[in-house]
Amino acid sequence: MTGYIVRRLLGLIPVLFGVTLLIFAITRVIPGDPAVAMLGQRSSPELRERLRADLGLDRPLWFNVEQASETGSIGALFDSQYFDYMGGLLSGDLGRSIYTRIPVRESLSNRFPATLELTLIAMFFAVLIGVPAGVWAALRRGSLADTAVMTIALSGVSFPVFWLAIILIYIFAVNLGWFPPSGRLTPGIPLQPITGLYLLDSLLRGNFTAAWDVLRHLILPAIALGTIPLAIVVRMTRSSMLEVLGQDYVRTARAKGLGERSVVNKHALRNALLPVVTVIGLSFGTLLSGAILTETVFSWPGIGRWVYDAIAMRDYPVIQGGVLFVAFLFVLVNLLVDLTYSLIDPRIQYS
Amino acid sequence: MTVPAAAADSGRRSAFRDRARRFLRHPTGMIGMVIIVFFITVSLLAPVIRPYDAARDRNLRARLTPPNAEYIFGTDELGRDIFTRVLHGGRISLRVGVIAVGVAVVIGTLLGLFAGFFGGWIDTIAVWLIDILLAFPGILLAIAIVATLGPSLTNALIAISITQIPVYMRLTRSVVLSIKESEYVQSARALGAARNRLIFRHVLPNSLSPIIVQLTLSIGVAILDVAALGFLGLGAQPPNPEWGLMIRDGFAQFVRAPWLSIFPGIAIFLSVVGFNLLGDAVRDVLDPRLRNL
Repeated sequence: MTGYIVRRLLGLIPVLFGVTLLIFAITRVIPGDPAVAMLGQRSSPELRERLRADLGLDRPLWFNVEQASETGSIGALFDSQYFDYMGGLLSGDLGRSIYTRIPVRESLSNRFPATLELTLIAMFFAVLIGVPAGVWAALRRGSLADTAVMTIALSGVSFPVFWLAIILIYIFAVNLGWFPPSGRLTPGIPLQPITGLYLLDSLLRGNFTAAWDVLRHLILPAIALGTIPLAIVVRMTRSSMLEVLGQDYVRTARAKGLGERSVVNKHALRNALLPVVTVIGLSFGTLLSGAILTETVFSWPGIGRWVYDAIAMRDYPVIQGGVLFVAFLFVLVNLLVDLTYSLIDPRIQYS
Repeated sequence: MTVPAAAADSGRRSAFRDRARRFLRHPTGMIGMVIIVFFITVSLLAPVIRPYDAARDRNLRARLTPPNAEYIFGTDELGRDIFTRVLHGGRISLRVGVIAVGVAVVIGTLLGLFAGFFGGWIDTIAVWLIDILLAFPGILLAIAIVATLGPSLTNALIAISITQIPVYMRLTRSVVLSIKESEYVQSARALGAARNRLIFRHVLPNSLSPIIVQLTLSIGVAILDVAALGFLGLGAQPPNPEWGLMIRDGFAQFVRAPWLSIFPGIAIFLSVVGFNLLGDAVRDVLDPRLRNL
């Protein structure tokens, strides 16, 4: 097992290397001058030159052959944009925002807890409703109820997330006034962060006023973000349940005279949940990319909103850093899902 | 090879007829088909139903009119008729969705075909590429690409297409790997069939089913992505009546004028539902083993 984990971890290296290479290529090799893109067509040439020097864009992309042949040292060969970028990455330096000058890494660690909290609650929402709904539909296969659940699930994956978010705000925040339309916490309510996950923090501090307020802020964005994973979980649970219900051991359990409830909960559901766990893990990616849209609509101070603002400002180091961070996270979560899966299911061979 | 051409032909035809019959009996699939045909027809006829001219499309005297008999979807802050704009938005979304997916299918399928068929280092590189591209969840890669290329509808199309390529590469490659070892391909190879003939005559046609299923579902995803990029300001630019961009414009004043966002959103939702219903039905018909998924 240890050997398997090590092998999988080593297998990540070429992929993560490729991801960094791709991001570098997208931002530097694609035709077009980033300085012009950032400053606009009408900016003065001197200003562009200064920004280019500031960002190190005046140096060669891959190898500094010119400087190496002038100075005769091999080290000078690596005085290039690419090695600068990789050197920074390896030492955890993602650059600074062009406008605020705040290091990208610092903003990431400040904002990630907000995104994580929203993602976890959205996932919770998806599982809490999705698994029972899927089981319910599977037990009534072919009935009107089954068709209805599956049709609703199919509509769930067809919603534009940002539009759903706007409609939720319009109905439940603006018209009914049940939930706040934006933000994480009502200004004025004191909360000393510990982990940065506000719901957890407020509970740890025993501050139930804040906990209630945080929860109210979380509900609408979590529903908007969780709808697509919810639909996926429903479909997966149903199909997995249907497969398991046809297995011999379920028939045996029934033949033994076990009650329907016991057959479903103890024998069928436990086995049916395996693929569902995978799907839940994999929807983490859907949630992270959906967070850009949801956080934008709800003014949620996470990574998604930050990247969105950076796009509007053409703040390239922030866009690069944010995209790189999410891609790395996604790759790691996928690996974790795979490993968990092989732990739960002993039939999987570690080879 | 020894089967008379006519017999093989009639066999193929009855298989086709069988599938067509199963499709026509698929209730949700037919609903999806009706929705798509409706959207395509309306988009094609849009210039006839309501001619659109971006330059003259405004009526400042009818600004922010709620839906009424004259403006059934209402008007925006420039007095532009939302109904006309939603109508013409369909032309954009459907076209971009279909083209983006079409390009991705051709490139991705060919790359996956060669990777699976030739194996070796070509395959190693292909798998590496697939893994890298799939490391970016959802529209993240598209966002990174368009943010660099500059926001425009064309760049959004290119970006969405790139994000779909690895899906088809992986799909085709895995199908090819399983078909390559099958008896009929092995015997064609033993009979001395040329490599090109093996690939395009035996392997490709038999990998088509899963590709067609994926294609139908991808168009829905592409329509959602176009809209998402438009909403983020990275896709179509004003005054383009693209649905995502319309929701972006409406978002600024959705408390005062919710109709600005509601109708383009319903259009996106319905068209995507159409393609998803159709995709599900196509999967049931072409690949009955996957029926429960």
